[in-house]
Amino acid sequence: MHAAVIVFPGSNCDRDLAVAFEAAGAKVSMVWHKDTALPDGVDIVGVPGGFSYGDYLRCGAIAANSPICREVAAHAGRGGYVLGICNGFQVLTETGLLPGALLRNAGLKYICKTVGLKVATADSDFTSGYDAGSVINIPIAHHDGNYFADSETIAQLHAEDRVAFKYTENPNGAQADIAGILSENRRVLGMMPHPERAADAGHGGTDGTALFRALAGALVTA
Amino acid sequence: MKARVHVMLKNGVLDPQGEAVRHALGAMGFAGVNGVRQGKVIELDLDEGASKADVETMCEKLLANTVIESYSVEMI
Repeated sequence: MHAAVIVFPGSNCDRDLAVAFEAAGAKVSMVWHKDTALPDGVDIVGVPGGFSYGDYLRCGAIAANSPICREVAAHAGRGGYVLGICNGFQVLTETGLLPGALLRNAGLKYICKTVGLKVATADSDFTSGYDAGSVINIPIAHHDGNYFADSETIAQLHAEDRVAFKYTENPNGAQADIAGILSENRRVLGMMPHPERAADAGHGGTDGTALFRALAGALVTA
Repeated sequence: MKARVHVMLKNGVLDPQGEAVRHALGAMGFAGVNGVRQGKVIELDLDEGASKADVETMCEKLLANTVIESYSVEMI
């Protein structure tokens, strides 16, 4: 598995994400936001957490229009894999690769704590390492994680089994407790919680490891 | 010439910041404030001859997220 991790000004989980990919056996290339091409042979693009462009205008809005994001969209269009975490999820909704938007948390506070997540589907190369319905513990750290989409979109996500993770106790007002969603082809995952922060015993939890291992298993021959 | 763009959360999208402002106004003794919606104003300094349609394209592509926000453009 060859993973590319995008680095925007203000990204702060880029190295954590790279370490998590590497621990799963991936070769990792860091890609600067001004680059106009992804490295050859990239299987998956990681869009990391942080505060790209200082969250100016809207979280992820400026990043979504950066040169590299055109390449990320083209990669996804070719059937490539993309994992967007936290600010990365916001970027993916702003690019239109995933539906909906992330609003300010309903309680208005920045929330940084470990939460329970129900694995809503195991039918993806991101979630196949978990049992559907199982509960895992993953940290969140966000101010704008309140997932919003119109009711037709929410119904469609459920009907197509594209909700990947749901909060067991909704921390931010997200519609239908949604913490992470898949694209139509199930190769793009956006999620607010940080699996890369639960990928080493030193983190205090390793429930995120199975996500990276599942990807490595699926992409080993790609 | 200039354009002024107003961006607001769409009706039906909860505005927690507006709600917090409404609560604060009530707590300060301002009665009768039934709702507060908070948006943003963006002013653009443009070349002469720029059209409202140009600014609307900017709104669609960057200035507003039309999944959650509506916008209006005023040429001034």
